[in-house]
Amino acid sequence: MAAAQPILECEKLNISYFTRAGEIPAVVDFDLKVMPGEAVGIVGESGCGKSTVALAIMQYMGKNGRIVRGSIRYKGRDMTRMSEEELRQLRGSDIAMVYQEPMASLNPSMQVGRQLMEVPLVHEQVSEAEARERSLEMLTNVRLPDPRRIFDAYPHQISGGQQQRVVIAMALLSNPSLLILDEPTTALDVTVEAGIVDLINQISEKFGTSMIYISHNLGLIMETCDRITVMYSGEAVEVGEVAEVFDHMRHPYTRGLFSSIPLPGADKNARPLIAIPGQLPLPHQRPRGCYFGPRCGYFQPGRCDQGLIPMTGVAGSPGHDVRCVRYAEIDWEAAKPKRQNTVPPPPGPVVLEVQNLKKYYEISDGSVMALIRGGGVRTVKANEQLDFVAREAETVAIVGESGCGKSTFAKVVMGLETATEGRVVLNGKDLAQTPVQRRRPQTVGLLQMVFQNPFDTLNPSHSIGAQIGRVVKKFGVESDPRKIRQRVFELLDTVKLPRDFYYRKPRQLSGGQKQRVGIARAFAGNPKVVVADEPVSALDVSVQAAVTQLLTEIQNTNKTTLLFISHDLSLVRYLADRVVVMYLGYIVEQGTTDEVFAPPYHPYTEALLSAVPIADTRVKKKHIVLQGDIPSAVNPPPGCPFQTRCPRKLGAICETELPPVRTFGEHRILCHIEPAELLKMEPVIQILPERGAA
Amino acid sequence: MATVESTAASATPAAPSRLGALLHAIGLLRESRIAMLGTFLVLFWVAMALLAPVLPLLDPNTPLEPFKGPGDLARDGETVFWLGTDHKGRDVLARLIWGSQRVLVWATLATAVAYVVGMLMGVAAGYLGGWWDEAISFVANVLLSFPVMVLYIVIISALGASGANIVLAVTFASAPGIMRIVRGLVLDLKTRDYIFAAQTRGEGAWWIMLVELLPNARGPLIVDACLRLGYTVITIAMLGFLGLGLPPPDPDWGAMIAEAVPTGAFALHAMVVPAMAVSSLVLGFNLLADGLREISLRD
Repeated sequence: MAAAQPILECEKLNISYFTRAGEIPAVVDFDLKVMPGEAVGIVGESGCGKSTVALAIMQYMGKNGRIVRGSIRYKGRDMTRMSEEELRQLRGSDIAMVYQEPMASLNPSMQVGRQLMEVPLVHEQVSEAEARERSLEMLTNVRLPDPRRIFDAYPHQISGGQQQRVVIAMALLSNPSLLILDEPTTALDVTVEAGIVDLINQISEKFGTSMIYISHNLGLIMETCDRITVMYSGEAVEVGEVAEVFDHMRHPYTRGLFSSIPLPGADKNARPLIAIPGQLPLPHQRPRGCYFGPRCGYFQPGRCDQGLIPMTGVAGSPGHDVRCVRYAEIDWEAAKPKRQNTVPPPPGPVVLEVQNLKKYYEISDGSVMALIRGGGVRTVKANEQLDFVAREAETVAIVGESGCGKSTFAKVVMGLETATEGRVVLNGKDLAQTPVQRRRPQTVGLLQMVFQNPFDTLNPSHSIGAQIGRVVKKFGVESDPRKIRQRVFELLDTVKLPRDFYYRKPRQLSGGQKQRVGIARAFAGNPKVVVADEPVSALDVSVQAAVTQLLTEIQNTNKTTLLFISHDLSLVRYLADRVVVMYLGYIVEQGTTDEVFAPPYHPYTEALLSAVPIADTRVKKKHIVLQGDIPSAVNPPPGCPFQTRCPRKLGAICETELPPVRTFGEHRILCHIEPAELLKMEPVIQILPERGAA
Repeated sequence: MATVESTAASATPAAPSRLGALLHAIGLLRESRIAMLGTFLVLFWVAMALLAPVLPLLDPNTPLEPFKGPGDLARDGETVFWLGTDHKGRDVLARLIWGSQRVLVWATLATAVAYVVGMLMGVAAGYLGGWWDEAISFVANVLLSFPVMVLYIVIISALGASGANIVLAVTFASAPGIMRIVRGLVLDLKTRDYIFAAQTRGEGAWWIMLVELLPNARGPLIVDACLRLGYTVITIAMLGFLGLGLPPPDPDWGAMIAEAVPTGAFALHAMVVPAMAVSSLVLGFNLLADGLREISLRD
């Protein structure tokens, strides 16, 4: 082992919360070692205890959390025995933390600069002038444009990406030896995320800061970390070098995680994702022996359920530990997902046609200043010139980051808003000007929606049965109460939920189960078109796979058209037949999935593809990091919508004229660059041949 | 909390009992001592009110022997005036217990009516927004700008003292406050996906307001209703004290205090006993509200 002293070392750490139900062991016998300059990733699904570990390191667990056993040593000193005053000295100066929600970490009533200056003022008692100097320098270091303006701004005046950079700057100001990042990019868009990830990587190079990076995203861990700890149900199940664990994972849970995320090469028909069966056990219901046992395909009674399973080193690769008694016996090659041959129904006739759709909002400014200026009404151009078709049994993905107008588009299609111009033709009938209240119940039933947030999609006051039953009745599928009940039971069968969920309230369901109910509700009226707005983005990866699979199955049996709205390009590549890429209200590129994911690209698609973290060591990506943030739709740039951030900008023409649509058959790109030039682009993602076994 | 997976998926399961859920909810009250004390006080008066007809009480309106102290014997040597008698010789205990029935009935009724009006105003203002919101909020603001006391006196003296008019006065005074709370809750709730889902299946505004929105606002509203019940008890007692309350001769706590004031120290018990009754009931409601809030915030 290395001679240097670790920055942080957790040994046999046990953390419990004390609640109504008694003691809840959140983290069990957790070991962690962070060496100087090293970045360690902690990955796991929600409820696995990864954030609890971070809070424990900060000694910040609230009233009801406590370290029950074990030690956390910072540079050799046991933090569990430090006084409150010693801890206060350590926190914020030696150990700093960056949280998920940047706006919640900044004081909204204080200027950004003052908040930054506080750090050296409090911890090092420097002069005001020096604090100011250092804060400005740090704002430059985190590559914020115009640091002076940001210094004087209030948090709400800067964008989410900029806020997170400020939070990171604040954490770095005291020159900490350990930086803890808890899902620092989860609240941000992919292209903004890529910028932050880039920054984090530079920090470790430039300042030599050790980092603990907590995330549920394996791809992000690969891009930022040297070593990885995989957590499951409160304990570490696999530890090792990132490349080693990613290529030669030796724990069935880690394998399960990788099989359930859509990596390049996965395909919904040939190589579908494999979900991990069952769900995470509650802390007080953990089984005896291996906590993963009940969900594991390699479970062997008599061995896996006997007492605590120790962490053992994997033979032949030092530093790689795994908590599995059978890891050496499992034939990992045979366990690779097998090919399947599901033949999806071929795309049928056009079901939904969107023609030149425009949606403008007028926002009136009632302020006195606006009255004086004589303005007062501004137009938000949420959708401009949307044109595309969706055929029967086809999945069309609408991809874009926040503010691109995809949600507005969904609202117009669903009839919650009417279009400013253009047509939305469903089954030969134009619905663009008909709000949902004036549509016939059957028409409404033909067009339904699956929502993003599982915790919001169901009304907490009513039982599952009542909520699905209401839809069945509303769309005139059945009217007799007994038949409605029967139909609801059938729908529950379809989404693979037990029938006694009929009487459950939403709070008794897990996120994935709620999302299944949401799908059952959407399919209750036998819809032709289902709009799915990020249906799995709020779910854990292992659950994501199951819900995605379910959605595909139901779609195939019912020949439904799926409009899949998403920002997750990996999932889109896996699921979609055709892709529509949106930016700031415009469709910048559309075509079949293969066309969009291969050159020629729109420069925005190219950047988007490069920004998505992929958890596969064989994938080599082109490195494109966009500058700045997405402009506001209230004040869009003239000319090409993407010109403010475009790395391939040609010049003045991009700033004045809306680009023409370049067509390559069905594949269309909105860009000034000549088609011949576009064709010369290189692919962003390349998959290298598999490395030989080490 | 155990998640039991059903094995026979094709079987039609039976509905679970609602009684169990109710008992569980009552069980949660035990977690807060404050809530237990509040519940005890409130339940004590509710029990008194319910048992009034069957308890061996003297008639509350018959003058017997004036100015008897607590525990004094009557002239017949058998009857005990446990809490004494007032200046007219009426038994204070009997008046107190019959009075609890009156105050609880009218306070509950008045609060309920105020709630119905306030919730409808609030949910309409919050959900429909725009012109509706401006109109309803304007009315509420006008009502809130009146001093409450003046509002009561104006309404009762214009319409006369009766139970129905007390309900009316309390509604006028409380509904705007309730409306504001409900409006605030609805403004938050209406952005949820399930409201969006109801809209996309073409539900009408009434359905969304009454079935989808209001049931989800119930948590904070139950706490507020407890507090408001307490205020209404004070209001009714105050109106009784001012002679604007429920018509005599039936016993009314506020009127009992008012009647005992002129006799002063001579029959202090006739004044202190109903005053303590009002305080204990109001305290009960307030503690219950505090306890409920505490329980709902705990995890």
